[in-house]
Amino acid sequence: MTTTTMTMAKALNEGLRRAMERDPKVLLMGEDIGKLGGVFRITDGLQKDFGQDRVVDTPLAESAIVGTAVGLSIRGYRPVCEMQFDGFVFPAFDQIVSQVAKLHKRSDGVYRMSMVIRLPFQGGIGAIEHHSESPEAYFAHTPGLRVVSPSTPHDAYWMIQQSIDSDDPIIFCEPKSRYWEKGEVDVASPSRDLYSAQVRRAGTDVTVVGYGSSVKTMLRAADAAALEGTSLEVIDLRSIAPIDFPVVTSSVEKTGRLIVVQDAPRTASISSEIVAEVTQRCFYSLRAPGLRVTGYHVPYPVARIEEEYRPTADRILDAVDQVMGFES
Amino acid sequence: MIDDELVQLLTPEGERVSHPDYTSTLTGDQILSMYRDMVIVRRLCNESTSLQRQGQLALWAPIQGQEGAQIGAGRALAPMDFTFPTYREHGISWCRGVPPEDVLRLFRAVSNGGWDPQKYRHHVPTIVLGNQVLNAVGYAMGVQRDGADEAVLTFFGDGASSQGDVLEAFVWASSFNVPVVFFCQNNQFGISTPATTQSKVPLYRRARGFGFPGVRVDGNDLLACYEVTRAALENARAGGGPTMIEAYTYRMGAHTTSDDPTRYRVDAEVEVWKHRDPIERIKALLVREYQTKPAVFDQVAQEAEAFARKLRDDVLAMGRPDPLSMFDHVYTDEHPLVQEGRREMSALLAAGVGHA
Repeated sequence: MTTTTMTMAKALNEGLRRAMERDPKVLLMGEDIGKLGGVFRITDGLQKDFGQDRVVDTPLAESAIVGTAVGLSIRGYRPVCEMQFDGFVFPAFDQIVSQVAKLHKRSDGVYRMSMVIRLPFQGGIGAIEHHSESPEAYFAHTPGLRVVSPSTPHDAYWMIQQSIDSDDPIIFCEPKSRYWEKGEVDVASPSRDLYSAQVRRAGTDVTVVGYGSSVKTMLRAADAAALEGTSLEVIDLRSIAPIDFPVVTSSVEKTGRLIVVQDAPRTASISSEIVAEVTQRCFYSLRAPGLRVTGYHVPYPVARIEEEYRPTADRILDAVDQVMGFES
Repeated sequence: MIDDELVQLLTPEGERVSHPDYTSTLTGDQILSMYRDMVIVRRLCNESTSLQRQGQLALWAPIQGQEGAQIGAGRALAPMDFTFPTYREHGISWCRGVPPEDVLRLFRAVSNGGWDPQKYRHHVPTIVLGNQVLNAVGYAMGVQRDGADEAVLTFFGDGASSQGDVLEAFVWASSFNVPVVFFCQNNQFGISTPATTQSKVPLYRRARGFGFPGVRVDGNDLLACYEVTRAALENARAGGGPTMIEAYTYRMGAHTTSDDPTRYRVDAEVEVWKHRDPIERIKALLVREYQTKPAVFDQVAQEAEAFARKLRDDVLAMGRPDPLSMFDHVYTDEHPLVQEGRREMSALLAAGVGHA
């Protein structure tokens, strides 16, 4: 029996453990990740088992966590950095875009920035300011980086290991609101290719695309739409950069309708990119304009009103009504 | 002369002075060899400035005046040590064995690096101030984990000493006691901003607050720079942790060929520093103490001229890179967006679509 039920937090913990057992060059760095096990307990127990040299409780300086990981990569290590919260990645932004993203190129391929930057992202946990950001588009926009996000415990377990194995630097976005939700993890059956999208629910009328915490919301919307006789095809991107467009476009060619869902603000975002690209590739298949169900162009709101900001199943269904009712 | 705590082993006149903590260990042959290094590196600098003025380089960052600091520090390295330079460490690149023309690739705008950093154990130049100091500390964490008998030497200037990355690197190096030496060349200016704007206390004193020793050395004194760096590297290799070295020097030239230093500093100050020239004082020592003959200096000068001619030829031979090379080494694996860009540009090039 290789399938176990566990939370996404536990799946990440197990995935990190497997990666550390397999390769002695893998080490974890971050604030409060050792004794405490991380503020979300993702690294719980790992310092006890692998020691302080491999699970490093760092001083509180994000630029240094990433900047020293660069040097460790040059030396042949595979560091996995934890950013405690999405809103605290910005002090490290310079090192990420100026060094992590560029050193493979600048060294004419000599260096490999084999590192993972783990980033708990998106909202939905009732947190105070700077703890619910969705900064993925900044990184997706940067050549040299890859950005991925699991939406299930099974993917979390496998994708963290695949990311650590990658020789490219990866921004690993963890949907923190799903950390405590359980799912089946098959530890004998690896996930598909790290950069491939996955159809989570097949449908015929509308293609709904999203990633991270939005996937479950989209599936809820699909359940509700089915009761009203509308069939949604739900695509979990898994890889935010690069985007697996063949999976998206073959779906849109079938449905003729596209909705993209994300927590992040709409302008110049992942959803903008998907709508633009699908419009170009599937122009003659589209029966309605691609719609975006996203956060608004405001700083992330106070948690008491965050559910009005984040995409809900109801907002997705409202967009479904719009694309289904569109007359060309 | 400048500071009571300044480590100096040779006066500007080329006379030896004693210091309680440091003694010169260099032989006459070694000093002559390092004199030659300084002359060649200065010649490299002058030739590069000319090449820039003739439109053959996009930019040049002169090191005139800093040859003593760089050759002193560079010759103190052991072969397996690793260095993390800024864009002005041409003397260090020379000491690491990087082919001189490769140093100019960045400035000719044909490469964003220029050499194989693993081969020469010399990181590619970093232009974002201070980034490389953190990278060096990370590398040193790796050395520490490997239990290797190696040290890391990283460079920055008085300007970058205000960067958060440099100060975070100090915290990290101290907390983890890593084998790194911070070599700060205080050349008195960050472009036009005087060092006094970066720090109200002498820079080397900052180290003490972070929990490791700081040393101010006469940056125009080759002998002192060599001994201070050698001792700090040895200490690091032996597990003694980080040291900060402030090489107190002066940028005799402009910040870069795009700069005009007459707008922010007075000639009188430059004149004072001319008398502290690192090359002249070693020459004086060689004459006084080792009876080095004029013919030897002439030979070094001729060698430098031949070096400059070859450098010029090598630089002029560097053609325009293949435009499609911009798609190489963005990722280690194939990437759909890079593939798409390569296809798009290939088609445009094949169709003869020009720049206009």
